[in-house]
Amino acid sequence: MENIFTQWFGDNILAYILIPIPVLIWVSLFALYAVLAERKISAWMQNRIGPNRTDKYGLLQTILDAVKLLQKEIVSPYRTDTIWYNMAPFIVFTAVFLGYAILPFSSVFISADLNIGLFYFFSITSISVVGVLMAGWSSNNKYSLFGGMRTVAQIVSYEIPTALSALVVVMLTGTLSMQKYALIQEGGIFNWYIFGGPGDITKIILIPIMFVSMAILFISTLAESNRTPFDLTEADSELVAGVHIEYSGMRFAMFFFAEYAEMFAVSGVITTLFLGGWQSPFGDLIPFLNGPVMQVFWFLAKSLSLVFVQIWVRWTLPRVRIDQLMTMCWKYLIPITLVNVFLVGIYMLIFN
Amino acid sequence: MRAYFHHIYQSVYTIMIGMSITFRHMFQKPVTIQYPEQRLQLPERERNRLFVNMEDCIGCDQCAKACPVSCIDIETVKVIPGEVVGKTGVTSQGKKKALHVTNFTIDFAKCCYCQLCVFPCPTECIYMTDVFEFSTYERQGLLYQFSDLTPLQGEEKKKMWAEYSAEQEKKKALAAQEAAAKKAAEEKAKAENKDTDKPEAKSAPDNKETEKPKES
Repeated sequence: MENIFTQWFGDNILAYILIPIPVLIWVSLFALYAVLAERKISAWMQNRIGPNRTDKYGLLQTILDAVKLLQKEIVSPYRTDTIWYNMAPFIVFTAVFLGYAILPFSSVFISADLNIGLFYFFSITSISVVGVLMAGWSSNNKYSLFGGMRTVAQIVSYEIPTALSALVVVMLTGTLSMQKYALIQEGGIFNWYIFGGPGDITKIILIPIMFVSMAILFISTLAESNRTPFDLTEADSELVAGVHIEYSGMRFAMFFFAEYAEMFAVSGVITTLFLGGWQSPFGDLIPFLNGPVMQVFWFLAKSLSLVFVQIWVRWTLPRVRIDQLMTMCWKYLIPITLVNVFLVGIYMLIFN
Repeated sequence: MRAYFHHIYQSVYTIMIGMSITFRHMFQKPVTIQYPEQRLQLPERERNRLFVNMEDCIGCDQCAKACPVSCIDIETVKVIPGEVVGKTGVTSQGKKKALHVTNFTIDFAKCCYCQLCVFPCPTECIYMTDVFEFSTYERQGLLYQFSDLTPLQGEEKKKMWAEYSAEQEKKKALAAQEAAAKKAAEEKAKAENKDTDKPEAKSAPDNKETEKPKES
């Protein structure tokens, strides 16, 4: 599937410059309004009203917050490693934003349809670990360093269940290209991989495995994007704010920007792998609903509902301890995903 | 092995419970009261800023004595006979006002809102109101003056009383002198017969001497 920009502008440098721009606009808008959504949803869950002063519904709140952060002075503490300290927030955001390259927003719009798309995503987003550790170490602050070290421990261990639970779909489809995952799952809601993917009646065996795989992928990507209940890296009550402590103004905002961008990116990947990507849930019954524009709508709707679940989880569950975090990863998630991979392998041996 | 699956079951089950609770709360009515626009009905006997109804105040100073933090400061001047205090000279309950209240300040920076000043008041002229928003930028703004006399008027009243009392003292002194003279005459007459009542004769001039510096 060719990209819409290369169709319009030909295969030249201009097209490749223009491709990330709509994605960047979407990421900025999403980050702004996800912060507002987070505040509003948390308020509703706690029987409050939430921000409502800037507008009737507080719609300008985060824009004004961003303006405020832009005006603020960028303070750097005494004896920081200036180069790394200044570079870290941008490395974190860049790493996350590079992950957007392989998100298939519709059948005609994907920034780069790599044949190793999923592999690329997991490897490029884990570069943000380097940025976080850089921020923690260069801040010349013990709490920052603790936060950074915890993040590394957490993300490195949760890479394994993430990759293993995605591996189930990779085995069934035999590809790593994100666009192909979406294409394979065409034909309605029951052909999505959460319901075993397309296939004959024997796919019923796969349904529980797929549910568990998706749940584990969701949990481990939640841990990778450092959201509550796995926000040991920020841990406001123990580490003040982890790596964010010494950052102010727009550099501080970049960390938030990256966090919210990663929320959407991992949701997009889960959507593509298990929820049919940009496919309409009605399949080809109503062709209009599966057109290129509606595909964008379906993709965003599915991903945003996953983002809602992430926010919902954040405002429900308390933070886990570091030992509980490691117990969960190594004793529960990894064995279960290994069993899943094993079962899917047996299924493929028998029925294919 | 059984415990392992039990842990998984328990964590999933308890997470579901928690998530259903938060989901239900999303559709409940918020409990927030948006304060400056929305206000709660205050309880009937709430204790907030004091108010003094000077129409009824008789300047008895009982509230100032009751105050545990001495935040009430009262200064009174006696009334010349024939002068009317305020408009009518009596309180709404018909009590006669015998004092000009030239200064009645309450320092709300000190006030602890204990309401102890309210109960001793014989005319019920000092009471708690429902005003609780009176923050100011300067400390002087919390010093409330309740007296209905301006400082100038107060000075005038003080001067009037001073003149009046000076006159009275002079009269008294004259009368005392006359009385002393009379007594001295009587004593002389008596002394011829008996020696009696000497301390009385001495006390009269003493009084005169002590009261003189007050007049000046």
